[in-house]
Amino acid sequence: MTPFLALVARDMRLATRAGGSAMLALAFFAAMAAIVPLGVGADLRLLARIAGGVLWVAAVLAALLSLDRLFQLDFDDGSLDAIALGPLSLESVSAAKILAHWLTTGLPLTLLSPVLALLFDLPAQGYVPLVVSLAVGTPSVSAIGAIGAGLTLAVRRGGLILPLLVMPLIVPAVIFGSGAVLAAIDGLPSAAMGLLAAFSLGAVLLSPFATAAALRLNLAA
Amino acid sequence: MAHFFAMGGYAAYVWPSYGVTFLGLAAAIILTWRSYAHAKRVLASAEKGDRS
Amino acid sequence: MFKYANPTRFMELSGLVLPWFAAAAAILIAAGLYLGFTAPPDYQQGDTVRIMFIHVPAATMAMAVYGLMALASLIGLVNRHPLADIAAREAAPLGALFTALALITGSLWGKPMWGTYWVWDARLTSFLILLFLYLGYIALWNAIEDETRAARAAAILALVGAVDVVIVKYSVEWWSTLHQGESIFRMGGPLIASVFLWPLFAMMLGYGFLFAALWIVRIRTEILNRRSRSLLRAGA
Repeated sequence: MTPFLALVARDMRLATRAGGSAMLALAFFAAMAAIVPLGVGADLRLLARIAGGVLWVAAVLAALLSLDRLFQLDFDDGSLDAIALGPLSLESVSAAKILAHWLTTGLPLTLLSPVLALLFDLPAQGYVPLVVSLAVGTPSVSAIGAIGAGLTLAVRRGGLILPLLVMPLIVPAVIFGSGAVLAAIDGLPSAAMGLLAAFSLGAVLLSPFATAAALRLNLAA
Repeated sequence: MAHFFAMGGYAAYVWPSYGVTFLGLAAAIILTWRSYAHAKRVLASAEKGDRS
Repeated sequence: MFKYANPTRFMELSGLVLPWFAAAAAILIAAGLYLGFTAPPDYQQGDTVRIMFIHVPAATMAMAVYGLMALASLIGLVNRHPLADIAAREAAPLGALFTALALITGSLWGKPMWGTYWVWDARLTSFLILLFLYLGYIALWNAIEDETRAARAAAILALVGAVDVVIVKYSVEWWSTLHQGESIFRMGGPLIASVFLWPLFAMMLGYGFLFAALWIVRIRTEILNRRSRSLLRAGA
């Protein structure tokens, strides 16, 4: 196994063991989706229209919740230093961490989303765009979130400032993702999915470099 | 004069805009100037303390 | 270029230009206010057109300051120049202030023109995101104790934000056409008559000089503070 895949596998093991972040993120996602109808009322027509937006926002929040841990635990116990001294460049380390984060949060959230969409009475033509948009868009959440996680590494209680840093950066994914679902419900042609894919691709390609720069300044001490 | 202050019926929007802008910019100027004066004082006393 | 960028040279040069910048700001803003309040009401917007004279300059500065902050961050990151780090840091609160003023005056203009304080119009929305970017930047600077490390981290954030803010602007425009209920009165559209252009022009220049003066004073303050700190450290 290559060092890259070994790191991905290690992070996935850590995230999926009991008490790991994967289950917590999923539970948070479901709880968020369940509490919205209780807040806005049970009007199914309204819920059907906001389903895409609510599930997208909930997915971003759930991913943000677990991003705090992306580097923090390894940083605190010194294993990040050991990884940095290993065969992988920090860019590859960042890419591996982003991939592992997406496989343990973004992907499960995507797979759970159609079940939660049932609670919102999402029209049938909305399901495919919902799942596809989350599958295509959540990598950008992991990628941009990794930059924030790297930057807040040296901050005590960085978990509080992380959402403030990442939220404005992730706005396009939420707009295009929920827009794709809404356009599909209304039966309108839409460029949203293509734009989302482009945004996500750009984020995934550029993020490892920014994340590695953030890690480098925190490991330099 | 009253005609001027009435702003063609839009006084409730025009004057608060100018009020908020004035307060915001004035606060920025005063705070900036005060911390500048403070920094000068601190540096002066630090230099004095250094020599003695 | 960097031979002028050491803090001592900066203190000399900035001390020379500062009074002129401050005077230019005061004169231009006074002239802009005079011209702005003696201009006739607009035939469509009535007297609310006067809000434009403080709204448009604030909005322009909000964006320009982010650009300057990102540029200073880039220089700080690439050339490891402490003066650039300080310049980027000291621009941010001023940029946040201009963004907040642009949002507030925009809503106060929107209430009589659109019938509501807030519409999720592309411009208002992207300025709201810009405000969050500024707040995140300031929060990150304040959260990291080590100066050099805070400067690097904040610079990375500013650059990532600079790339992102362009995409946000585009995506929000796309989004507002998707959700548009009725055709809205475009801000700034009817500003063409020269009676409105002159006060606007004077105010924009005045805001620019005001920002430059405040920026210079803030940078000078931070240079003095760092000198005091290093003197105290050396003395202790």
